[in-house]
Order: sequence, then structure tokens, then C-alpha cells
Amino acid sequence: MTLTLAHYLTLGAILFALAMVGIFLNRKNLIVLLMAIELMLLAVNLNFVAFSHFLGDMHGQVFVFFILTVAAAESAIGLAILMLLFRAKSSINVDELNSLKG
Amino acid sequence: MSQTLSAATLLAIPLAPLAGSLFAGILGTAFGGNRIGRTASHTATILGVAIAFVLSAMTLYSVVTEGARFNQTIYEWMVVGGLKMEVGFLVDSLTAMMMCVVTFVSLMVHIYTIGYMADDDGYDRFFSYISLFTFSMLMLVMSNNFLQLFFGWEAVGLVSYLLIGFWFKKPSAIFANMKAFLVNRVGDFGFILGIGLIVAYSGSLNYAEVFAKSGELSALHFPGTDWMLMSVICICLFIGAMGKSAQFPLHVWLPDSMEGPTPISALIHAATMVTAGIFMVTRMSPLFELSDTALNFILVIGAITALFMGFLGIIQNDIKRVVAYSTLSQLGYMTVALGASAYSAAVFHLMTHAFFKALLFLAAGSVIIGMHHNQDIRWMGNVRKYMPITWVTFLVGSLALIGTPFFSGFYSKDSIIEAAHASHLPAAGFAYFSVLAGVFITAFYSFRLYFLVFHGPERYDQNPDAHHDEHHHDDHGHGHDAKPHETPWVVWLPLVLLAIPSVVIGAMTLMPMLFGDFFKGVIHVDAARHPAMAELAESIHGWVGMAVHGFTAAPFWLALAGVVVAWYMYLINPALPARIQGMAQPLYKLLENKYYMDWIYENIFARGAVLLGRGFWKGGDRALIDGAVVNGSWKLVGWVSGVVRWLQSGYLYHYALAMILGIFVLMTYFVWLNK
Repeated sequence: MTLTLAHYLTLGAILFALAMVGIFLNRKNLIVLLMAIELMLLAVNLNFVAFSHFLGDMHGQVFVFFILTVAAAESAIGLAILMLLFRAKSSINVDELNSLKG
Repeated sequence: MSQTLSAATLLAIPLAPLAGSLFAGILGTAFGGNRIGRTASHTATILGVAIAFVLSAMTLYSVVTEGARFNQTIYEWMVVGGLKMEVGFLVDSLTAMMMCVVTFVSLMVHIYTIGYMADDDGYDRFFSYISLFTFSMLMLVMSNNFLQLFFGWEAVGLVSYLLIGFWFKKPSAIFANMKAFLVNRVGDFGFILGIGLIVAYSGSLNYAEVFAKSGELSALHFPGTDWMLMSVICICLFIGAMGKSAQFPLHVWLPDSMEGPTPISALIHAATMVTAGIFMVTRMSPLFELSDTALNFILVIGAITALFMGFLGIIQNDIKRVVAYSTLSQLGYMTVALGASAYSAAVFHLMTHAFFKALLFLAAGSVIIGMHHNQDIRWMGNVRKYMPITWVTFLVGSLALIGTPFFSGFYSKDSIIEAAHASHLPAAGFAYFSVLAGVFITAFYSFRLYFLVFHGPERYDQNPDAHHDEHHHDDHGHGHDAKPHETPWVVWLPLVLLAIPSVVIGAMTLMPMLFGDFFKGVIHVDAARHPAMAELAESIHGWVGMAVHGFTAAPFWLALAGVVVAWYMYLINPALPARIQGMAQPLYKLLENKYYMDWIYENIFARGAVLLGRGFWKGGDRALIDGAVVNGSWKLVGWVSGVVRWLQSGYLYHYALAMILGIFVLMTYFVWLNK
């Protein structure tokens, strides 16, 4: 059995769905949320790489590098916010963080 | 154009009473701090009116002797889109005659008022009002354009309102003045519609310009219908006249207007203001001549008023109300004359009526003073013994009113009856019957009043309401003696001065006014279509002949029959009226309730308007505007914000879900779109 584009895309979709479920069902930990976002970005990256390979276009893989860089920066900022948040509220419980409303 | 009529002289005629009115009104009342006394007030206003009368008489003299005419704009108020709004005077024989009648009666009433209102707190205010009325009425009659006519029309209505409610602490007076004002609004609505139509189609407010275009206007039709435009215009204008001249069915305000002081009943509600409608139609004769429909309408309305308002006079017990109903009936006569195209006869009757009706009212007022402010004729009787001058003048007025040959009323009234007879319009038959029957009715109620007041047993002590407000009003120096007394000279002098024209003016002016050149070029009659006046001219050759012939004609015998019946029923056999009343109970009820006209107006129109207003208030204002629009918008905003607030939970994962769902929706959309 040979691996086709559909296999990679399905894997990407599964990873993305997992990440989504991780965001919605997670009521406890903000770190899990950050990790789920990273997982989403990885799923997207997988799609890029798969398309790039099967379509024979290198641009997709170049994009992956950009995304990884941005994702790393984003995680760093996210963790920094999380640190400050914990100092302020002594909690990183998602259910308690609902002050983001008008 | 004659040089004897200068703009300055004519301007002085209305402005002199206005100056008097302002002087008395501002300085004499609490408005300006009571700076001048009563004598100064009445001197100033009487002087103003006297100047106006003298100048009017001079104007009439030069109009009659030199044929002077004046038609000129005095002041241009403004120009709107080519429509000129001006103040100007048109003086011709009709105007000059009206000016003299108005200022003369007004002068008499001013003098009379010194005596009548002597004990009233509103003395200065009253003089200010009647002078203001004189000014307004002069502006009305002297106008040369519709705008100024309308100004005068409304101004006399305003003063009428102020004077009916002169005793503003009396609830019935306030009700009456509101009623007069509202009923007149109905008429004025028609009037302003008529003026609007004239402006819309002729593009001018000036009489002469409108009349010049009447030929082309008469060929037009009212848009969307096949009615003649001229008929619509004339009927609209006549509705205005119906309000002002108290024609059926807008007559209801006039009897109630008797709540006001008697001098204004004489001046405004008998002699001058109520005849403004008659004057207006006469002035517009070049327009009215073009519409047979309008003339028929006028005939029918006039005939109904002349006959049916007379019936009501029979059962009234208030001395002023009897005279008021006779005024209504006489206005009906004038209207019939208008409808029969006998404009000159209408104006002739207007003039004679102004004198004898003012006389009757002032004499009635004199009786009221003499009777210590009792107005109920059931508690009078044999007054002639105590008030001889009032008695004689009242008798002269009554004789003129019922049309006794040689008296002024005879000539004018007989001309109207003959004109109705000679008219060829379809409604003329009914009108002729009405005015003929009206002669009997008029004679009957006039002499019922006369006999009850001046003859028969003295019934002063039987008045159940006596001594109620007597102490309040009555300081005539006779103590509380119920016996009447003759009134001071300021009261009886106007009576005498009015009695003279009531007798002679008809004979003097019959030939020039009705059949001569007096109204030539002023009143326009289409003799080919409406030959009533022309036919009349063939049968009448002089005032003596007409009066002698009058003794053998039906109206005289009808009037005599009315007098005799009244004499029998109220002097010989006083029990008879009560028996008849018992026998004809339903009829009596109908008359007592004035044909239920007031009831209909109060219950259907007034109450209907209240219901309609309440419907609009509850349905339109409260439910639709307040409920749906105002409250509805905040409710909608509140509901939307409630949903948004619920969506904005503050949880990060909710927002993320929204974003992702959004992306799914967008992607699905694009995928389907690109397929």
C-alpha cells in the first residue's frame, strides 16, 4: 500500500480535530490550551508539507518554516502572558478566566 | 377716480377706532395699569368712532353725488411666488353704504354702552373691544382683496369671541363663546378653501383681477370630477358666509351668543358682523352669478333658515333670544335674496335690518336695565307705563321688522319676497313659500314679545329667580323696588336716533338702491339668466305706490294675521298658549330642543371627535408610536444585546469555537462556490 495525499490530509484533519476538541473540552489548564493551539498549527504544517510534496512545489515547505517560527514566538508570548496571569490570579484554571467579556 | 377720495382719508376711517381701542385697551385696563379713568376711555373710543362715521358719511356723499370710486393698494405686505399680498381699499357705493351703517350703528352702541355698562368692572375693556370690532369690520368691508377680507373676517370673529365671553366668570358665557368660535371655524374652513381655489386658478387675491378672470374660470371643471369649478368655489365661499351669517346648519352659535352684553348683541350679532356673509356674497356677485348650482344651494339654505328659525322664536322666553331668532330668520331672508340674484335687495334689507334690529336689541337692553336685569318675558308686562320712550321705539322696531307698509322693513322684505317669487331657479318655489310663511311667523313672535313685555298685567313679583343677583348688578338708585324705570338719556338717545332710520330709510333709498344706478358696476347680475330684479323693476314705480299696493298683498295680511293671533293668544285669552302647548307636546319638545341640532352636534360631532381623538391617542399615539416605535426600538436593542451578552461569555474556548465555526462556514461557502 502506498501513502497517497489523502492519507496525509486525513492525518492532518485528525490532528486538527483533536486540537479543537482539546480547546473546547479543556476546562482545567491554560497550558493544555496553548499545546492544543500548537497541535493545530502542526496539523496545518502537515497539510502544507503534504501538498508541497505531492504537487512538487517547494513554496509550501518554505511556509512551514515561517509558521514554525511564528508558532515558537507565539508560544513564548503565550507562556509569558500565562506567567503574568498566574501571578495576578494565582490560577491558570480556564473556567475561572472569564473576565474577557464586555 | 375722484380727488375727493384720498388714501389718507380712507386710511383714517378704520384707524381712528383702532387708535381709540388701543388707547382704552392699554391705558384703561389693568393691562397698562389703569392710567385713565372711565370717562377718558369712553371719550377716546367714541371720538374715534365718531371720526370714522363722519368720514364715512363724507365718503358716501362723494360716492353718491360725484360717482367717486377708489380702488388702490395702500401697502404691499409681501410677494410670494408672484402672489401679491396687499392691504388696499376698494370704495364704491356698496362699501360706502356698509361703512356708514357700521360706523353709525357702532356710534349708537358706543353711546348706549355708557349707560348699559355703567356698573360693570370691565367698562374700559368693553369699549376697547367694540372699537376694535369697528376697526375689524371696516377693514372687512373696505378691503379690495381676499387676504384683507379674510383678515377682517377672522378679526371680527375674534372680537365676537371676546365679547360673547365678556363676563368670563360665567360658565354659560364661556361655553357660548367657545361654541361660536368653533362653529365659525367650520365655516371659515370652507371660506379659506374657496379663497385657496380662487388663488390656485386665478393667481391673484385682488377682487378686480379675479373678477376679470371669472369668464375663463367658469369654463373650467374641478379636477377629477365634472363639477363646475365656479360652483365649487362659490359653495365654499358661501359655507364661510353660512358660518358668519349663522345660516342653517351653522346657526347654532347665534342664539347662545346672547350670553354677551346686550350692546354687542345689537352691534355684532344683529346689525353688522353677522351680515358680513351677506356683504361678502354681494361683493362676489360676479362669481356667484356664474353658478346656478350655488345660487340654488343658497336659496335652499336661506329658505330653511328664514322659516325654521322663526318657529323657534315662538317658544323662547328670554327677551334677547326671541330677538336673536328673529335675526336668524331675517338673515335667512337676505340669503334668499342672494340666491334669487337680488343682491341689491339683500343689501337693502341688510341696511334696514341693521337699523331696526339694532334698535330692537338696544330697546330690549333698555328693558333689561329697567327690569333690574331680568330677561324673562314671563315676568314682565305693562312696561309701557314705566318706560314710554323704550316702548315707542320698540314698537317702531317691531313694526319695521314685521314689514308694516311705509316702514323701512316693509320695502326691503317685500322686495325679497317678490324677488323669490320672480326667480326662475328650481329652488325658488320652496324659498317663496318659506319667506311668505315667515312673514306670519315673524309677526307672531315679534308681537308675542311686544305684548308680553309692554302690555298685559304686571307680573314682576311672580319671578321665582328675583332678588338673586339683583344686589350684585343693580345700583340704579331705585333700591329693591321691582318696578321698572325709564333708563338714562345715554340709553334712550341711541334708541331714538335708530328709530328714525328704521322708519324712513327704506322709503328714502328704495328707488336708487334697488332699481336705480346706485349699485351700477358694483353688483353684477346676469339679467338674461336671472331676471328677478329686472321683472321686479317693471312692477314697482315708487315708494308710495309700493306701500299702497302692499296693503292689498298677501304679506301684509299675513303679518296682520300674525299680530292679531298674538294679540288674541297673549292678551285676550292668555290660557290658550298653554293649552296648545299641552296639545302639541311632541312639536313643542322639538322646538324646545331647537330641532335637536345642539344635541346632534354635541353627541355626534363633538362626542364623535372625542372618540376619534381617543382612538388616535390610544391606537395611534400610545400603541403605535409610543408602543411599537419608541418602546419597540429599545426592546429590540435590549433583546439583541441580551443575545450578544450571552454569546460574550468571557471564556476563551467559546471565542475559539466561534472562530473555528466561522472558518468552517467560510470554507464551506468558498468550496461550494468554487465548485
